[in-house]
Amino acid sequence: MELTKEEESALKGDKGETLELAYRILAATGEAINADKLIPINWAHLSGVNYNTIGDSGEEFLSKISKDAKVAVKTTLNPMGFDIDNVSKYNLDKNFIEKQQSIRESYERMGVEPSFSCIPYEIYDLPNKGTQVSFAESNAAIYANSIGHLKTNKESAFSALASALTGKSPYSDLRKDDSPNLTIRMKIKQPNELTFGLLGFFAGKVADNSVFLSGVKNLDKRSCKSLCGGMGTSGTCGKFVLGEDKTTEKIDFDEKEMQKIHDELNTCDKGDLITLGSPQLGLEEISDLVSILKNKSFRKRCMIFCPRSVQNQARKLSYTNELERAGCEILSDCCTCLTPLIDKKDVDSVTTNSIKGAYYLKNSNGVDVNLKPLSQIIKEETK
Amino acid sequence: MNLKTIVKGNAKGIIMKSDNPINFLGAVDKKTGFIRDKNHDLFQKSIKDTILVFPHGVGSSVGAYTIYSLKSNNSAPLAMMCQKADLTTASGCALANIPLVIISKKEFDSLENGKDFEIDTD
Repeated sequence: MELTKEEESALKGDKGETLELAYRILAATGEAINADKLIPINWAHLSGVNYNTIGDSGEEFLSKISKDAKVAVKTTLNPMGFDIDNVSKYNLDKNFIEKQQSIRESYERMGVEPSFSCIPYEIYDLPNKGTQVSFAESNAAIYANSIGHLKTNKESAFSALASALTGKSPYSDLRKDDSPNLTIRMKIKQPNELTFGLLGFFAGKVADNSVFLSGVKNLDKRSCKSLCGGMGTSGTCGKFVLGEDKTTEKIDFDEKEMQKIHDELNTCDKGDLITLGSPQLGLEEISDLVSILKNKSFRKRCMIFCPRSVQNQARKLSYTNELERAGCEILSDCCTCLTPLIDKKDVDSVTTNSIKGAYYLKNSNGVDVNLKPLSQIIKEETK
Repeated sequence: MNLKTIVKGNAKGIIMKSDNPINFLGAVDKKTGFIRDKNHDLFQKSIKDTILVFPHGVGSSVGAYTIYSLKSNNSAPLAMMCQKADLTTASGCALANIPLVIISKKEFDSLENGKDFEIDTD
């Protein structure tokens, strides 16, 4: 990758330790994805916020660099570990809360907006078509490239941070108008959001940087987010294009393939509690849930994750009252994915409609997962 | 061997090879380096102090912090060799100063688990 004189000098350390570090990351990632240069970006979305995932070394790293680092462009943040409004109801130790607060303060010191959301594409106005951004959250990167008409690498926590600090990112194929080299043919009739999550997880496994999806109709918001979440979890694929290209290789996603992925992620028939939201729920999904839950209530705990700004809007519309009446616990600033609020000491199994949630509940939280689409959860788990 | 260097450095150690991609955040314990994903071919093995050979990283972007944490906890591989570089592995290795090189499929296939190996990119 070619660097300008100014970039070279920052890489050598002439502009301080933080920028040297940022350019070292950009240089390595640029080489990794065969970029020929760095280009300006105007929005970075960072992951690496939850103390549960980044741990002590992450907390110390952020505390150190935030002493003098400042972001160069608009920068937003992924969810953290808890919702400060109700954290006392969950068994989180004091150390976790303190370390999480320190991480929050480090990001704020660097000038980052404390959005704590994995769906920046739903809570912010999107910039003009074709705008270059750097999104680390994998579902958000895939959504931005595939639906949001933006351009981003499937950034890592550090490459997005380096972009935030420099306002630059490697110019990879994904940032150009590259055409996918594979078509996946969706063969499942009457798919629901779970089917699309499974399709995403399958696509992530077999696709390279981008993929055509053919036979996909009526992709509503819930299914689309589920698709992006599943795809981001299993692979490196950062974009899907609806349609088919005759010249590409073709693979079918049929009942057999779907069952294989389902069996990999679904480990039990019943959950002790229910979680909804990974990715976090937007206002449309909350409103939908309120309608579905009319005259119904959950038989067991149901945790609902949404961004703070969505909860505030939902409160004004009295949606939160309705959800609380139906037995839901509403949590903001955090998410099912990698939550420290579900501990295998207290919980054996979780019911969810999220493929992304299922993967991390199983592998990180170490609990069993029962996968069901929302319609079935409502049918079986409410009275 | 025909290498493309992503992060420079030297390392000498024993090869631990996987045919499965690695989701660092989901599958690796950041304190010990043990693989905890039951579906992974390195399940219950530790990647600490190995020359880790695997196709590429997948999944969460926060896996870069896992690589950095492994290094801080003295549980990181000595070096990594992949067929394809992904941003999570590349940026994690860059920050943690873990040598990372890209090799061809043929070279990947020729590397054997348990054999001594030396990387010198300087």
